[in-house]
Parts: sequence; C-alpha cells; structure tokens
Amino acid sequence: MNWLRVLICAALWFAAQPACAALNVFACTPEWGALAKELGGDKANIYVATNALQDPHHVEARPSLIARARSADLVVCTGAQLEIGWLPLVLTQSGNPKIRVGQPGYFEAARHVVMLEVPTLVDRSQGDVHPGGNPHIHLDPRNIAKVAAALSERMAQLDPPEADNYRARTKAFLERWQQATMRWEQEALPLKGLVVVGYHKNMSYLNRWLGIREVGSLEPKPGLPPTTAHMSDLLASLRKDPAKAVVRSAYNDPRAAEWLSENAKIPVVTLPFTVGGTDKAKDLFGLYDDTLLRLLAVAK
Amino acid sequence: MFKQNLIVAAVALVLSEPALAQDAELAKIRDEIRQMKDAYEKRIQTLEKRLTEAEARAGKAESTASKAETTATKAEQSAAKAETAASTAANRSGENAFNPAVSLILQGTYARTSQDPNRFQITGFAPSGGEVGPPKRSFGLGETELNLSANIDPYFRGVAIASLAPEGGIGIEEAYFQTLALPQGLMVKGGRFFSGLGYLNEQHQHAWDFQDAPLVYKAFLGNQLKQDGVQLKWVAPTDLFVEVGAELASGDKFPGSDQNKNGIGGSAIFGHLGGDIGTSTAWRVGTSYLQTSPSGRNYSDTDSLGNTVTNRYTGTAKLWGVDGVLKWAPNGNSTYSNFKLQGEYFRLKQDGSLTYDTAGNTGFGGANSYFQTDQSGWYLQGAWQFYPRWRVGYRYDTLRYGTISNGIVNNGLGPTAADFPVLANHRPTRNTLMFDWSPTEFSRIRLQLAADKSRLGATDNQVFVQYLYSMGAHGAHKF
Repeated sequence: MNWLRVLICAALWFAAQPACAALNVFACTPEWGALAKELGGDKANIYVATNALQDPHHVEARPSLIARARSADLVVCTGAQLEIGWLPLVLTQSGNPKIRVGQPGYFEAARHVVMLEVPTLVDRSQGDVHPGGNPHIHLDPRNIAKVAAALSERMAQLDPPEADNYRARTKAFLERWQQATMRWEQEALPLKGLVVVGYHKNMSYLNRWLGIREVGSLEPKPGLPPTTAHMSDLLASLRKDPAKAVVRSAYNDPRAAEWLSENAKIPVVTLPFTVGGTDKAKDLFGLYDDTLLRLLAVAK
Repeated sequence: MFKQNLIVAAVALVLSEPALAQDAELAKIRDEIRQMKDAYEKRIQTLEKRLTEAEARAGKAESTASKAETTATKAEQSAAKAETAASTAANRSGENAFNPAVSLILQGTYARTSQDPNRFQITGFAPSGGEVGPPKRSFGLGETELNLSANIDPYFRGVAIASLAPEGGIGIEEAYFQTLALPQGLMVKGGRFFSGLGYLNEQHQHAWDFQDAPLVYKAFLGNQLKQDGVQLKWVAPTDLFVEVGAELASGDKFPGSDQNKNGIGGSAIFGHLGGDIGTSTAWRVGTSYLQTSPSGRNYSDTDSLGNTVTNRYTGTAKLWGVDGVLKWAPNGNSTYSNFKLQGEYFRLKQDGSLTYDTAGNTGFGGANSYFQTDQSGWYLQGAWQFYPRWRVGYRYDTLRYGTISNGIVNNGLGPTAADFPVLANHRPTRNTLMFDWSPTEFSRIRLQLAADKSRLGATDNQVFVQYLYSMGAHGAHKF
C-alpha cells in the first residue's frame, strides 16, 4: 500500500501534498480537530470540516468535504446523530473505504462518554431529538479527557510507527488537562447555582459540570427557531423564576437573545461553544478559559 | 461561666486581707486558685478540642454525604447506561435487527392552471415521453416515495426507492447496489439509478427548489434521466474536488428508446470540480455527455386535418451540457440565511431518420426520410433564505429551437410542416417564482407561481401549492 501512496503523492505532488503527511485526520467539528492536534502534533494533518460559527446540525455536504474525506485516514466526529444530515453522504461519496462506519478510520467521540438527556420518547414531535442522547458532549472537560484517551489509542492503531509519540503526547496533554480542570473547577465555584436561559440544548454538559441551572431555552423545542409566542411565555416565567443571564453560542442568531435580554433586563453571554468561537478560544484550553471568564462576569 | 468564677475568686481574694499573719494562708489560697485556674483551663482546652473534633466529624459526614450523592448519581448513570444497553441489546437480538433504514416522502399539490394540463406540450421539441406536464388541477396527490437502504455486506450497499403513484401502482425510481470496499476513490453503482449527468438529475424531485423540473430537463431528459446499467465513479485524492464518472446503460429512456439489441444502448460520461471560496461560499461545476441510439422512438402528433399520427425516429442522440451551482451562507452557517444560485445548459443533437404516421391513419403513412435536429436550452435559478424557515426563489427557463431538418417536408414526400405541429418553430420560455416555508428540515410548504410559454401562442398561468413531508430515517441531502 505504501508504494501506492508514494506513487500517488509523486503523481499528484502539486495538489495532494497534505495527503502525504503521516495521518490525515478529518475532524467534523473544531473541538475534535483541536483535540487531534493536541494528540497528534505534527504527525497528524488535521482538516476541520466546520467552523465555530456554523450550526453543527446543519452543514452542507460540500464538494470540498468529499475531497478531503477522500484522502482521510481517520474521521473524528461526535456521533450520536449530530452529523447525520451530512456526514453519511460525505462518507459514501468520498469512495474511501477506510473511513466507513465500523472501520478503525471512523471514530465517534460520543461512544466514549456517558450521554445525558437520552430521550425516553424518540419521536420527531419532540423536535430535533437524538436517540442516543444530547450530542454536545465537549463542554465537560472530563469528557474531553475520556475522548482523548480513546482517540489516542485509535491514532496509535492507525499509525503504528508513531504510536509511542501519540501516547506520549496524550500523557502530557492529559496531565496538563487534569491540572487545568482542577483550576477551572476552583475558578468556577461562584457559578454553582447560577440560573441562566439557554438557546439550544447544547450547554447541558457544561451546566451539569459546573452546577449551572438552565431554566429555559429560547428554542421552543430542540432545533426549532425561537417563536414570538414561546419568547413571551419564557419572559413571563422569568418574572417568577428570574435568571441571571441569557447564554447563547457564537453560532446562534443573536436577535432572540437580545430581545429577551432587553425585556427581562438580564445580560446576554455569548459563549464560544467550540474552538474558534471567540478570539480567545484558540485551543481547547482557551475554549474553557474564555467560557468560564464570560460566565463569571455575569455571576458576580 | 468559668471566667465569672475566677473573677468571684479574685474579688474574694481582695476582700480577704485581714492580717499579715495570714500570709501563709493567703499563699495557700493563691495556690488553690492557681490550681483551680489550671483545672479550668485544661477543661476549656479539652472542651475546645472536642468541639473542633466534633466539627471535623460533621464536615466529614457532610463530605461523605456528598460523596454518597455522587456515588448515587454515578450508580443512577450506570443503571441508565445498563438499561440503555439492555434495551439496545433487546433491539439487536430481534429478527428485525438488520432492518434497512426506511423513510417515506409524502407530497401533494393544489394546482390552478389557465391551460389544460392534459394538453401540455413543449412546442418545437419532440415529446420526451416522461411525466413532464403540470400536476392535475385542483387537489392532487403527488407520488409517495418509499426509500429503503442498508449495507448488504462488507462490500455492497443497497438502495431502493419506489414511487407509489396516486392512481395506484408502484414505480421504481431507483434500485441499485453500490460498492463499499473499492480502494482509491473508486465506486461502482449498478441497477437503476439517476444518471450523474447535469446537476439536478441526480437529486430527487422532493429536494429540488421548485415543484417541477426546468424545461430543458423536460424536453431533453424526459424530466429526469434514469439509467438501467452500471456507473463507475472516481474521486481524485486532491484538496480540490475532482470527480469523473462513466455510465454504461441500456439507453431505453429518452433521448434513447428501447432498442432490443445486445450490448450497450447508451453511455454517459461526466466530470465535476468543486471547492470553497473562503468560509462562506461553496461551488461545483460540471460537464457531461450522453450518447444513445434510439431505435423506433415514437411520439404522437396531430396532422393538419386533426388526425392523430404516430411518428418514429431512429438514429443517434448526443447530448452535452454544463452545470454550475454556488451556495453562499454567512460564515457557512446556512441556518439563518443562505443563497443558492444554479444554472445548467444542454444541447441535444440528433441525426437519423423519421417515419411519418406509422399506423397508416393518413394517406402518407410510412413516409420516411432523414431527420436532424440541433437544439439547446438553459435555465438559471436562485433561491434565497432571507429568514429562518423562509425562502424565496426565481427561475428563468428557455429553450432554443435551433434547427430541425425534416427530410419528409424538405423532400416533398407529402406531409407538410403543418402536419408536424409539435415541431413548429417556437422558443419556449418560462418565469417561475417560488416562496416556501420549512418549519423543520422534514417539512415544507411551497407556493409557486409561473407564466409558462411552453406552448405555441398560449401562456399557462400556473399557481401551485405543494406540500412535502419526510418521515422516518433522517436523509442526507446532496450538495
């Protein structure tokens, strides 16, 4: 197989240079791209399919994604049907048997953590439900650690010559990550019991980790855009059970959050949600630092 | 309390100062007081110690309680997990564990047209035989589409899409196998599938941005070209999307016809390039070529006296086209607003012979001579989502008559141009406006207004209200 890769690299040197790196990783979302970067360093060539300003549920199966999936050795996605609207098509159209579902080249992060909000009723009348549970798992650092351990083993399996390197990098990353997690938990103590209104059910893992209480969502049901009727109901319920802030992700439309902010007289907190969502969220550490910083600003 | 006692003792001490002789006694008292003081201090210290200890124990109890809580939560979580695992295991052990993904599309229209939809024709272009006319007037059920797909084994995937016609009967839209394990970007598809030529052709009608196909699809591809055959496709290992494909098929659908011969009746090749411009824009362009040899392809017409005649074409048909699509969304986030621009151009050349009135209903039955056409058409359309859920779209369609060289007329074999009214010189055009509302990605209600000048000398003003619902497995839409 290697001679073939060399041949193809030689033949297509002008366009396919990245395809010749040790391990080509196709990450569905920025957080997994950032994690793969931490674990792979310069041994992995990472392509991130979406950016932090895109709704991970609604992504087009763009030709560029098919082209990148074609030469990927490893696809790292969330799973739990988060990417179901586009990823299956990208995988089939790419003609790359290495990354098909069930192959070592297909990695789903959600398989390695305990899922929250697993629906008891799997029915579309409940909105955009995910039968496997809430797929936005990356805002609990303990989940990142679990996924890191599993992903590192997968990278080692796919690229045996660099296996020790991946393991060493992962060990170092996990040490730094544990320390950072302890620091975040200390810093976030004032957030315990903070009452907020969310936008989409995409902060559940963060809320559970830090003890933040979400008393409502701008979306009437997961995946449905905010409606006037729902917003006024929400406002009425906030009069009884007031919240400290409206929390939205960088990719959510600001209008509904601003409307509620004005009417309920509470600030809007825009969280990066994933790597790249704000200027400070340059990597996973920055993502958590900035998230806490922004939340602490309203908790005081 | 203890301090008070001490003070009392001290006061007693001050008051009891009768004589020097009592010095020894005094010393004794002082000593006693000191002893008392020491004893009390000791007791205080012990009590304080006990208090601290008690406090520590309380704290410990609290942390144990919280630990217990965490354990309980954990237990709960693992119980939930076990339950999920159990239920999944139950699902997986049943007979239906390997059931394919099933989805169903419901659709229907309310139509109002100023011209009779049963008499629809695209004047100037030989009828393609497909279901190209507008939907029936008033309320009408569209085709219900049943979609089944699953991996067959490690090597193949199967897809079957049946259309259930409102009047009854099942049609096979697509039914194909697809390879899963071919290396190096190669894919083979076989069975019946929508040809990879053009842009819209491969998409299912319910994924189109308008209720109906562009005129150029209606005139040259019988609405949408299905191939019965095999397709080979290759994606290049480059960052730029490069895809090429070839199809070998029976060629029995327009512009071909059932040929009743061995070998390949029609073949097609196509190529696509695609990529991104920044984070907001994605594009794809393509070109395609189709070649087929219709043998005895019939169409019916009405001669100058009003008789129905059936004419038959035998020869070659060569179609080539270019297509392009560009999608824009701020930062690539299409949830709130996005814009899609697409256009296609096709040119159909035919060279063969035409037989007039094959059934012999008129005096010129069986007249035969050369028949050559060179015709083209294009459309350009845009759809803009200006607010979540809401879109507006506009499409302009046109066909170019080009040239039709009809030997029967030119050689004076009897029938004149008036006996070929369907082939009369005409340039069809259409303007279409669309407005749709999609509460979720599974439902859509659309209003479409069109001024259709497909027919010579008549404008069909059309109003369609269409609904589209998708249930079951979450389908992924092509770019």
